[in-house]
Amino acid sequence: MASISPLKPAPEGHARNPGMPLDLDALDRIRVNLSAVERRAATLGGRRTVKKETQAAWLLKAVTCIDLTTLSGDDTAGRVKRLCAKARQPVRADLLDAMGMGDRRITTGAVCVYHSMVETAVEALKGTNIPVAAVSTGFPAGLSPFDLRVKEIEASVAAGAEEIDIVITRGHVLTGNWQALYDEVKTFRAASGDAHMKAILGTGDIVTLRNVAKASMVAMMAGADFIKTSTGKESVNATLPVTLVMVRMIREYLEMTGHKVGYKPAGGISTAKDVLAYQIMMKEELGHDWLQSDLFRIGASSLLGDIERQLEHFVTGRYSADFRHPMA
Amino acid sequence: MSIAEKFDSMNYGPAPESCEAALQWIAARQGKFDHFIDGDWTKPQSKKWFESRNPATGEPLAKIAAGNTKDVDAAVAAARKAQKGWSALGGPARARFLYALARAIQRNARLLAVLETLDNGKPVRETRDIDIPLVARHFYHHAGWAQLQEQEFAEFEPMGVIGQIIPWNFPLLMLAWKIASAIAAGNTVILKPAEYTSLTALCFAEICKDVGLPAGVVNIVTGDGKTGEALVKHPDIDKIAFTGSTDVGRRIRSVTAGSGKHLTLELGGKSPFIVFEDADLDSAVEGVVDAIWFNQGQVCCAGSRLLLQEGIAERMIAKLQKRMETLRVGDPLDKSIDMGAIVDPVQLETITSLVGKGAEEGGIVWQPECKLPTAGCFYPPTLISNVAPAATVAQAEIFGPVIVSMTFRTPDEAVAIANNTRYGLAASVWSENINLALDIAPKLDCGVVWINSTNQFDAACGFGGNRESGYGREGGHEGMMEVLKPNFLSKLQLSKDAEKTPERKSASTSSLAHVDRTAKLYIGGKQARPDSGYSLPVFSAKGEKIGDVGDGNRKDVRNAVEAARKATGWTKASSHNRAQVLYYLAENLDIRKAEFAERLRQTTGVSAKKAVDEVEATIQRLFSYGAWTDKYESAVHSPPMRGVTLAMKEPIGTIGMVCPDESPLLSMISLAAPALAMGNRIVLIASERHPLSATDFYQVLETSDVPAGAFNIITGPRDSLTKTLAEHDDVKSVWYFGPQTGGKLVEAASTGNMKRTWVNNGRARNWFDVTQGEGREFLRQATQIKNIWIPYGD
Repeated sequence: MASISPLKPAPEGHARNPGMPLDLDALDRIRVNLSAVERRAATLGGRRTVKKETQAAWLLKAVTCIDLTTLSGDDTAGRVKRLCAKARQPVRADLLDAMGMGDRRITTGAVCVYHSMVETAVEALKGTNIPVAAVSTGFPAGLSPFDLRVKEIEASVAAGAEEIDIVITRGHVLTGNWQALYDEVKTFRAASGDAHMKAILGTGDIVTLRNVAKASMVAMMAGADFIKTSTGKESVNATLPVTLVMVRMIREYLEMTGHKVGYKPAGGISTAKDVLAYQIMMKEELGHDWLQSDLFRIGASSLLGDIERQLEHFVTGRYSADFRHPMA
Repeated sequence: MSIAEKFDSMNYGPAPESCEAALQWIAARQGKFDHFIDGDWTKPQSKKWFESRNPATGEPLAKIAAGNTKDVDAAVAAARKAQKGWSALGGPARARFLYALARAIQRNARLLAVLETLDNGKPVRETRDIDIPLVARHFYHHAGWAQLQEQEFAEFEPMGVIGQIIPWNFPLLMLAWKIASAIAAGNTVILKPAEYTSLTALCFAEICKDVGLPAGVVNIVTGDGKTGEALVKHPDIDKIAFTGSTDVGRRIRSVTAGSGKHLTLELGGKSPFIVFEDADLDSAVEGVVDAIWFNQGQVCCAGSRLLLQEGIAERMIAKLQKRMETLRVGDPLDKSIDMGAIVDPVQLETITSLVGKGAEEGGIVWQPECKLPTAGCFYPPTLISNVAPAATVAQAEIFGPVIVSMTFRTPDEAVAIANNTRYGLAASVWSENINLALDIAPKLDCGVVWINSTNQFDAACGFGGNRESGYGREGGHEGMMEVLKPNFLSKLQLSKDAEKTPERKSASTSSLAHVDRTAKLYIGGKQARPDSGYSLPVFSAKGEKIGDVGDGNRKDVRNAVEAARKATGWTKASSHNRAQVLYYLAENLDIRKAEFAERLRQTTGVSAKKAVDEVEATIQRLFSYGAWTDKYESAVHSPPMRGVTLAMKEPIGTIGMVCPDESPLLSMISLAAPALAMGNRIVLIASERHPLSATDFYQVLETSDVPAGAFNIITGPRDSLTKTLAEHDDVKSVWYFGPQTGGKLVEAASTGNMKRTWVNNGRARNWFDVTQGEGREFLRQATQIKNIWIPYGD
């Protein structure tokens, strides 16, 4: 079994999750009631809201948490460079100035690409603090030969990726083979070395919230720095009920070990209204720290455009149009 | 604060709901409101108005008419005048009005929500997302009942004029619960809102006017407790529906005793929130939030006793405390607020003093660091742990944002603690084991059980309590049954005064035809000598002494109730098994038909044919209820959620029944059989005048496998036995069929434990008539409906 790599202090101060031995008793204790989870998720939006300046501030914060993503078969170097340019300057400078945020160097949280685009992205982001995240391990299905999956991580890290988004073998979850899942994620984590590892659970594939909860817990025990909902390729991606279950597991793991694990919903978050609901859930369930980009990322491609329009509306009082904002 | 600062702090900012439109609405009426009587605004006869305040600020909101007896008289007269015509309109025509009301409520949803928040202090999030949508839903649902009334309730007619008194915690929602069903069924109403919160009722009055509701169908008289009392005492009201405190409910029962007014009471509670070790604890924590910090805990069905299985108690408390840290208390018009203001300083004082008492008695009081507004009436969310059932805070209804926690070891112990209360309104059960949850739900003595959820409401699902939480249900079919009465009832004649006892003679002593039979009492499956050691003579129709029966007294009642309490086997027996016993009773009675007929002829003086008819009718009745046993079944509702609500028809428990003198055998079995069929245990007081049919029946009971204690019979002086029975705190219902004065006595004596009562108001039924003497009306009285909410999905 590969060992966990030595810890590198995270930029904003919390220690990386070193993992822990697989604790099957802790898994056995997990209970999730779907209806109650849905109720909480459905009503939270009515219980908290942010308006005006506060909303603008929250949306800007959301921008800093976006993993600006392109994961298409037709990705080219040119496309990736455009994306990186947008990541450097996600919101028009005049809008930032109008909000008194011009000096804050607002960028997205990361740029997320396939392995073959890592070098291009690293090059394009030179001089910024924006990390490149590589989806890996046979993304999106994660069913390529195991040693190739491990090698893919190593190759991406060697190419300069600072974050690795791995996919788990959903079959391990569906068959309740927690040991296999634990071993797999632990190996991936070791291969990631200093790069932060996000474990994609494929929540749409593993279906039940109990599976989601248990897979979350096993991934964290195996040393995941982030747990992430989905690849964006499943029929159902991030949802608020799934999020609630995953962030509750993060809280549970924190209580068990003292380690903070990040959360990344991916797929399906396309409007400013959506993202505010996620932010509110993070704040309510986990607190302030999970609103920052070292513990919260949003995997999204079209979200940024809507946020930009909302911010312009906030600044000018007029509803905006998409062509007024530079595209990625 | 700059955006940059907000960007760094990521705190919530203010998110105020504008109250401008609501304040304008008040201002447009000069801030002064009259009564709404006979379709028009009517100045109070007292020429006095009182002030209604916004509890969140203490600022005055409006002046409200102070109602007095004359106002109530005018409103009742208007309602009475309107009732026949409203009823005669027919269901479909009434349905149109209810539909229009529902639509108008939706059109005015935001105004009503904000007005409610201003007046009551509850968060606008709740009025907007919960109260007002439920109000509209209630009118829609009951528009449907009106539409279907002629088909679904063909044998029923409206009760008439209904007086309604509602509390301040859900002002408009309680109005809807009261008014929608009542007017759907063809009744007219006089509603008195709580004095703290009249505004939405007055806005509703305006809506009634707007939709063209006929004058007098809905009347709103505002005022305080005295106005309510005038309503309760008014002689021309057919029914009082009250929601509020148990103390006031008790007074209403006393005041209305013997008046013939139908009464439904929805009173206080101390509802358990039970968390088993296999529950989803994080979800249970949110459940607690919705249970006790909903509407600042000023909810009759609030989950205010947290029962935790020992193994998870510590974890659950830790999670709960952590969750409490994120609750936000403040301006109820802010959309990001969890708890608004307590309705009035008086209420705040009560809460504060009870929490103080909780600490004094050893409870650990925990409150989060939580900023409260400096002005207005606010109280922080509070958890008192380490509380024993004996503590004041574990027994008294606090009616505030305070939950007390205690632990249990086993499911049985959870049930025991849960039921260790005078109240019986609601309960929440949290477990991921459906076997456990569905085993616990029926064992809880209350009207509503929410499994893995809490405070769920829907117009199609009845709501109401047991024990000192009151009686009657609101919503659904069972709610309609509380505003309708069987057609035949109003045609029944008042029974004549007791016939003159014929001159009594001693029995001829020439020869002893039979071995002496001295009838005793029948208690716990045995013939028992009366405690008094005395007997009472029984005379034939001709006035000859024909025997003796035991002179039962209060101790015999006590013993019989005790025996009934122990006979739980009968309640647990399968319906098939109970049916078998009822058929067996019929079979054994049939064998003795001649003997029972002869007794009837002898004691009541009826013809031989009539006597045989009565015995045969009695056998039929036993057969009917044998048949009903497994056919008067529970219902499954489909409220708007993924899940079901089981409307379980459950036996009431121990029912005391006082039998009339007419048709003594048939009437006795007409009362006893439905109660037994549904699994109740009964303590029956035999006809005082004709007790021998009852005492003869002992032998039938003894040969028919009736378990000991299920059917107890006492003979003796009716009124004193009735009083003891009606006062007994372990009797859950009393049925009384006798002279009017006795009905009054039963109702007045029932207030100790707020037991249910069913009295004949002095009207004699024709027990031979199946409509009057048999069927669903009896079965309904023999059961209470518990709505068990079961969300599902995985």
